[in-house]
Amino acid sequence: MAGSLYKKRFDGRTVNEVRPMKASVGVVPSADGSATFETGGTKAMAVVRGPRTLHPQHMQNARTGILRVSYGMMPFSVWDRIRPGPSRRSEEISKVCEWALDAVIDLSGFPNTVVDVFIQIPKADAGTRVAGLNAAALALAHAGIPMKEMLSAIAVGKADKTLLVDVDKAEEDFHDGEGATDVPLAFTSRKKDISLLQLDGKISPSELSEAIEMGRKACEDVLKVQMDALKGATGEKNG
Amino acid sequence: MGVKNALSIISNEKIMAKERQIVIPGETVVSGNEFLPGDGAYRDGADVVAGRYGIANIFEKHVKVVPVSGAYYPRRGNTIIGTIVDITFNGWLIDFGGAQNAFLPVAEVPRYVNKNEMAEFLNFGESVIVKVWDVKSRGVDVSMKMRGYGKIEGGMIISVGPNQVPRIIGREGSMVNMIKGATGCDVTVGQNGKVWISGKDTDKEVAARKIVEFIGENAVTVGLTEKVEKMIKKMGLEGSAPEIVAENTDAEDVE
Amino acid sequence: MGKFVMPNLQKEKIVGYLKEGKRLDGRTPLDYRDIVVEENISPSASSSVRVKFGKTEVLAGVHLALATPYPDSPDAGTFMTSAELHPMASQQFDIGRPGINAIELSRVIDRGIRESGFIDFKKLCIKEGERVWQVFVDIFAVNDDGNLLDVAGLAALIALGKARMPVYNKKDDAVEHDFEKKGLPLDKKAMSFNITLHKVGDSIVTDVSKEEEEVSDYRVSIAVADNDGKARITAMQKGKPGAISSEDMESILKIVEDKWTELFPKVKEYVFG
Repeated sequence: MAGSLYKKRFDGRTVNEVRPMKASVGVVPSADGSATFETGGTKAMAVVRGPRTLHPQHMQNARTGILRVSYGMMPFSVWDRIRPGPSRRSEEISKVCEWALDAVIDLSGFPNTVVDVFIQIPKADAGTRVAGLNAAALALAHAGIPMKEMLSAIAVGKADKTLLVDVDKAEEDFHDGEGATDVPLAFTSRKKDISLLQLDGKISPSELSEAIEMGRKACEDVLKVQMDALKGATGEKNG
Repeated sequence: MGVKNALSIISNEKIMAKERQIVIPGETVVSGNEFLPGDGAYRDGADVVAGRYGIANIFEKHVKVVPVSGAYYPRRGNTIIGTIVDITFNGWLIDFGGAQNAFLPVAEVPRYVNKNEMAEFLNFGESVIVKVWDVKSRGVDVSMKMRGYGKIEGGMIISVGPNQVPRIIGREGSMVNMIKGATGCDVTVGQNGKVWISGKDTDKEVAARKIVEFIGENAVTVGLTEKVEKMIKKMGLEGSAPEIVAENTDAEDVE
Repeated sequence: MGKFVMPNLQKEKIVGYLKEGKRLDGRTPLDYRDIVVEENISPSASSSVRVKFGKTEVLAGVHLALATPYPDSPDAGTFMTSAELHPMASQQFDIGRPGINAIELSRVIDRGIRESGFIDFKKLCIKEGERVWQVFVDIFAVNDDGNLLDVAGLAALIALGKARMPVYNKKDDAVEHDFEKKGLPLDKKAMSFNITLHKVGDSIVTDVSKEEEEVSDYRVSIAVADNDGKARITAMQKGKPGAISSEDMESILKIVEDKWTELFPKVKEYVFG
């Protein structure tokens, strides 16, 4: 952090400190699985429906079920109204989240079917795709979908030369020096493999290595919150 | 719900079958090459690992993870309750809340049905209790040739989580019997989470429905039997409630 | 496939029990389920709210933006209601562009609010012919267990009641990322709210459950406002294929008046309390 223009985090956290996190499962009674995941001012909801028959039929795969992820922000989640319905941004995020989750689930027991995961963001203060992934992994587990491992995600950032975990909106908008870099990451819970990786900004390879390590550690905190949510509520009771 | 660690489970052979721990995907259930991964578990080196979220059962070194939530997956031998949604030239399609519809071939009904008179035997919207006899990738085949299966008439059908079914049935049917004793209603539980309630009048059926839904919403609660007893008393339902097995808080696999 | 199929015996049971004046969930035909309201679920919106009738859950939020007025009303703000019946809420909803159900729902709610005069659009004019406020109400269904229309309608009203005006920077003709203390210019006395009645078998039912909604012949949604202590209808919509007999029309109007008298004080408390 020496020589960096961002010395102290706006909200007083240490660089390795995540925001207060909260999670619960079984929040949508009509779904097969559902969950919420909150970190600071960001909240994600995820709902799983399926496995169910995939239509149209030509999309079906006789060898395995298919995962389909849809991510979106609710119109009132941020200051500027989000137009309802899919956008280029939401379509891309849906796809990278789908790939991230595909790494841990096993739908080979459900040929010709689809498992739908709907991620929605009711309120946002940065890190919506990683919060969404944390909720989605919870909802998939809650839906009883076969999974080799859980999945935990975090956004590691860099403000000027300072690496930070779980960046908020104010840090995402840091403009001084090298500005802001955002690295959303997801790790599988057992092998600790990386299943989501995006980067937006300026960073050296050695800084990136460090950022990934910080993310891996922070995801232990995320996993603990996920584990508590699943172990605390094993029924289909809704809140 | 307390989480027992794996060591305390294997240290006591006697309670092993009853001890349950809630596990999440990727979590080591138990370590040791002598343990065998079963349904919902897999091996990773010396570890037996949970392959889904649920309750881990270790019985005679055999590890399985039983789901506690999620959709219904049909299995051969299951009894399910469903509704006719289509009639084909050689059978009926039944919606039972699963990924695909079930198929009831005309040869699998208890009497001969002429192919021109299929709707007279079973028509759109009519409900049936059937047995799953084959699960294929394209769908589920069912039969109602055996005794106790067939068309159902009157009463009402309610839905609970398929994973709550064992609690609604109770140990050796104790919970169902308790509801029956209190309300006088027949309660038939399909493993797909559909429950058929049929009684003398709708008031009694509604009372039975309330109790079934209460069990469904409190399926993981400890001391559920006592809570249900209390609820029945509070509802002012009396009846020849059968003797209840004292400790009945464990979900049993109904298969 | 995967679509909800109502068993015949269930329909007979619902209809038969209603003849005794009872419903399968223990309510009487005109009872509402428990209503739960949670405000400010998204602090960066002008307002946001979660409303539940039993297990039916809807989120709604208000957003204000700068717009050019319509040529035919150069001194009035504009208003738009949109609704998403997201597949999150029900296996009967599909992803993608809003279907006819979402369009109808948002238009019925939009009309009820617009025609009542609840929003004082003249006061949303910044500079005649050039600058006005545009009011967006966005509705998002989270779980459908029947009567989404009334739940969404109440959520929209509460969101409007709680909305804060953004700070307008006159110099730059822009909106600051901050809110005023004051709310939207509302005519509290003009507020109307929606009551939807369904004809199920021989009975007229309010706040339908999912299974009642599934078997009803028709529905009538009526937006009702206060006219010196008396009900005043500001918008209506008949939905579904059934037709209303003249006797039923009479009883529907009577029920709506009674229900409005009963619910109006509660709704006022939710919206302005």
